[in-house]
Amino acid sequence: MTAKTPSKLEKVLAAGHFAVTSECGPPRGSDPTEIVEKAEIIKDHVDAINITDNQTSVCRTCSLAVCIRLKTMGLEPVLQMVTRDRNRIALQSDILGAAHWDINNILCLSGDHQSFGDSSKGQNVHDLDSMQLLQTVRLMCDEGKFLGGDDIKRPPQMFAGAAANPFADPFEIRVARLAKKVAAGAQFIQTQCIYNLDKFEEWMKGVRDRGLHEKTAIMAGLTPMKSAGMARYMKNRVPGMDVPDEVVKRLADTPKEKQAEEGIKMCIESIQRLKEVEGVRGFHIMAIEWEEKVPGIVEAAGLYPRPEV
Amino acid sequence: MIVGEQKPLEELWESIKDHKKVLVFGCNTCVAVCQQGGNKEAEILASLLRMKATQEGVDMEIQDSGIERQCEHEFFEKTEERVEWADAVLSTACGIGVQFMAEKYPKPIYPGLNTTFLGAVEELGVYTERCQACGQCILAQTGGICPIARCAKRVMNGPCGGSTNGKCEISKDVDCAWQLIVDRLKLLGRMDDYEKLTPIKDWSSDRAGGPRKLVREDVQHDS
Ligand code: SF4
Ligand code: SF4
Repeated sequence: MTAKTPSKLEKVLAAGHFAVTSECGPPRGSDPTEIVEKAEIIKDHVDAINITDNQTSVCRTCSLAVCIRLKTMGLEPVLQMVTRDRNRIALQSDILGAAHWDINNILCLSGDHQSFGDSSKGQNVHDLDSMQLLQTVRLMCDEGKFLGGDDIKRPPQMFAGAAANPFADPFEIRVARLAKKVAAGAQFIQTQCIYNLDKFEEWMKGVRDRGLHEKTAIMAGLTPMKSAGMARYMKNRVPGMDVPDEVVKRLADTPKEKQAEEGIKMCIESIQRLKEVEGVRGFHIMAIEWEEKVPGIVEAAGLYPRPEV
Repeated sequence: MIVGEQKPLEELWESIKDHKKVLVFGCNTCVAVCQQGGNKEAEILASLLRMKATQEGVDMEIQDSGIERQCEHEFFEKTEERVEWADAVLSTACGIGVQFMAEKYPKPIYPGLNTTFLGAVEELGVYTERCQACGQCILAQTGGICPIARCAKRVMNGPCGGSTNGKCEISKDVDCAWQLIVDRLKLLGRMDDYEKLTPIKDWSSDRAGGPRKLVREDVQHDS
């Protein structure tokens, strides 16, 4: 496999390495200090950093601005873009804005419903859905065209990805839905946080049966648990999340002051096990407001140093 | 049909309180089915407002009446007198009826309902949304279930990652439209269709394209 874009993430994958990404959420204000610090903490341990787009529908500094900030620091951002807040004019315009700064990775999402955030009285746009955004990115990059049909001068060069939830309902379309994202043009996939490894492996088998792991690079998503309370919350309150009872129990059986450490250990064990799963091409470590733990996890999981490409 | 919900009495009172002769005017089609704006509901609302006027010590005459549909000229003929009598009308039609009446009569026509959606009578007293009149129906592709009206994100290639146990991420009380679509495609033996990508939608026939108009010249000439 050879990389088609200047994306470092794509190059790492093309060279056959496990890729490692992480994510940072932009600030709820205009001060760049914190996000710069977060990026500094993880930069040597990951190949690229996802910048979330108003995640959980809470209003923040825009993803694109923070991606540009990372770019000026010499880092590799993944621009997350949701279809909730922008129509096709704004989406294409922001893609060009990212390309203007040679941002080479994009993750296409639909976004959480606005009722979860601080703007529940607002409209949602959803002019396109996440698959159609993927198609749009590929059209702009591969054919150098706008959706309207006109040519783009200096088309963007982007490695286009999507999210996948191996645990989502309805059960019978879990694999089919990935096939659809691949057909729409997803070159990489970052999955929902995996806690139920048996179920994930079952999904991967379905993915391999259809050869999808050869058409897209699947990166397993992981979020270390900070406490038994967090595990319970994720299990009961976060839509589309599959947290088995054993996970909650293991944390609950650990003394409170040791639960965070146990959560990290569990995350590392998961990576070790997932490395053996055929078709898993990398790891997306989402340590929410816990970025300082990422380097340790990456090292303990045997994913450090990161390759030079 | 069009579903509506009566506005709170306080809000209605605020709009009519400065008038002397008020007609509460029902519409006996859609909004009568959901028992919010029919002629019978107009009658009840009129008596509630009369009580309110008495309580507030306001000298006001309130009558009620209604017609079959407030969105067609012909039905108004019989009630011209009543409408002429009033110096303000509280219409319990949907937003269409209210506007149509306002275009006909040079006096204040106030809305008595919040027009809520285009829906069905799921069971007595339960009405649910089915269509958003997007102008380009895709039900043939989605097993007869509308993702525009029934998916909180109008996802065309769903479901999103938030679908859980058949319910939408916004609430455990709302069915996930895409679960319904998948169930339906399965029932029809059409699961292969699930993998067909729904193309980017042309929203120009939707609200986005501006106010819509349908002209049937054949019908125009016939009448
Ligand atoms: S596709 Fe459009 S016309 Fe058809 S039911 Fe849905 S909103 Fe209504
Ligand atoms: S859960 Fe289902 S109905 Fe709700 S937004 Fe997602 S796809 Fe649409």
